[in-house]
Amino acid sequence: MILGLLEKLHGRPALIRWGLLTAGLLVAIGLPWGLYPPVATDILCWGLFAVAFDLLLGHAGLLSFGHAAFWGSSAYVSGLIAIHSGLPFYVAVLGGAAAAALLALPIGFFAVRRSGIYFAMVTLAFAQMVYFIANQWGDVTGGENGLQGIPRDLPGVDLSDSFVFYYAALPVVLLGLAAAWRIVHSPFGRVIAAVRDNSARARALGYAADRYKLVVFTVSAFLSGLAGGLYAVNHGFASLQEVYWTTSGKVVVMTVLGGIGTLWGSLLGAGAIVRLEDWLSTSGFEETGLVTGGVFIVVVLLFRRGVWGTLAHTLRSRRQSPALDREPHLEHDHDDSSQPVSS
Amino acid sequence: MTSFLQQAFNGLVSGSFYALLALGLAVIFGMLRVVNFAHGALYMLGAFGAVALADSAGLGFWWALLLVPLALAVAGTLLERLLIRRLTALDPLYNFLLTFGIALVCQDLLRMKYGAQSQPYERGPFPGSMDLGLFDFPRYQVFVLAVSVALCLAVWLLLTRTRIGTIVRAATERPELTRAFGIDTGRWVTPVFGFGVGLAALAGVLAAPMRAVNSGMGGDLIITVFAVVVIGGLGSVFGSVLAGFTIGMLQALGNLYVPVLSQTSVYLLMAVVLLVRPAGLFGKEEHA
Repeated sequence: MILGLLEKLHGRPALIRWGLLTAGLLVAIGLPWGLYPPVATDILCWGLFAVAFDLLLGHAGLLSFGHAAFWGSSAYVSGLIAIHSGLPFYVAVLGGAAAAALLALPIGFFAVRRSGIYFAMVTLAFAQMVYFIANQWGDVTGGENGLQGIPRDLPGVDLSDSFVFYYAALPVVLLGLAAAWRIVHSPFGRVIAAVRDNSARARALGYAADRYKLVVFTVSAFLSGLAGGLYAVNHGFASLQEVYWTTSGKVVVMTVLGGIGTLWGSLLGAGAIVRLEDWLSTSGFEETGLVTGGVFIVVVLLFRRGVWGTLAHTLRSRRQSPALDREPHLEHDHDDSSQPVSS
Repeated sequence: MTSFLQQAFNGLVSGSFYALLALGLAVIFGMLRVVNFAHGALYMLGAFGAVALADSAGLGFWWALLLVPLALAVAGTLLERLLIRRLTALDPLYNFLLTFGIALVCQDLLRMKYGAQSQPYERGPFPGSMDLGLFDFPRYQVFVLAVSVALCLAVWLLLTRTRIGTIVRAATERPELTRAFGIDTGRWVTPVFGFGVGLAALAGVLAAPMRAVNSGMGGDLIITVFAVVVIGGLGSVFGSVLAGFTIGMLQALGNLYVPVLSQTSVYLLMAVVLLVRPAGLFGKEEHA
């Protein structure tokens, strides 16, 4: 039915866009009515994290496997600021995001020297270094116990109610999403897409490919930091789990499930995974990795376009315009040396 | 001095595990262009295989050392035939993601069965230690080191001195040209994958008597091993093995002098290597 409706509208992309935007905003505003509010806030945080991640994977073609470093470091820094300063939580979260971006500069500097699978391994390794630091620096981070008692301060507003906190957090997330959209649809976004599709040609045109990669890496880390800081304030603590490699994997699952390169698909992926894990943990099932891993295997084998990508693809093929019909970039973006050996 | 030598020895022993895992990763990557994230999970399955054999059938260490790698190598060939092969035509990142999913599933399945607690394995051979003048070497650790060095040498000889090795190396370095000579490289893919998996499983069995056997043992190790292969040069068998032993030593000696840096030293070294030689110490510049 929705497909039919969208089909009728297909001559008017602007109308579709505004329609979807309105629908999205309505869902965002109504979410804590339909869901347990802390879970709704979790969806916001993971959603922004996944969009920030897709900015890097889908639009710059870089699979970071260490994004937990940025989400997690911001969770700790935001928590520390909130605990020790008594400033509004917005300041704490912004400070955490800035710290994540600062951390991304050296990590990105080394990582962008390699691409593809190497990039994934290098980011993963550096993230694990952050994990060890968080683990050993117990005086500051609380080590195994994590950072406890992070307050939700905002002068004049009582944020102890999770329902109220959701609406305090929502503007931060919406601003983050708007920033991601703005970047993708800017000249800068075109350049990173060009670097992704053919970095040799982009370089020949005079663009410093590595510098563009580093900038988008840092921006993605900043937005991931916003999400991680909010998450820590939402829960009142930051734990080692936030910087562990399974967290990096989780955000990859969300993005791939939503559809690589679709930006908004990541929100759907995040919502689905958070709901699923919440449902499982309330029914006493603790091995969530079994489910995340299973989702991963199925999606990668059978459903590579993801939810949003499949939807868009279906619409486009009905519109019989093959020029627009493309697979996720990962299936295009390989050069000769990555060709399979077997045939 | 004694404590230095003692730590250096311990470093070589933990380096044995890095080297064996990095070796399997390098061989698999060389032939299939697959970075197998499940390698750590397979190492864990190897250790649990030894525990399970002892618990259910009462079979001891030597049986485990023979049967577990064989069984997992067979499972590995099935994995390659049924799942990994479907994705080899696409970007290598898809197989990285697939094996990541498999690693998560294996890890949590084991946690469901055995819980988060470590499983005891008390059937290791060579108890006690031997005195070689400098300090007391735990005899089992000496055995692990010897097995690892022997295996790494054997694989290296296999690759450099035999016809199979020549084909595998040729297929790794120049797939098109190798095929143009009429050699069916596809035939070698599955056995090579099985062999790499077998090595990981063997490392797991070796680890069972001396390490905590639990569902988390593979996940942390694999990331260190990734750093090892980035340092050594992914796809370079020699580089991977050498880096494996070096990192083991570095961590152990770091533990002696600057304990804070011990765990992170491998990543610092990786940063330095990336700065100087982005392809790794013994890697060739390529884009995968």
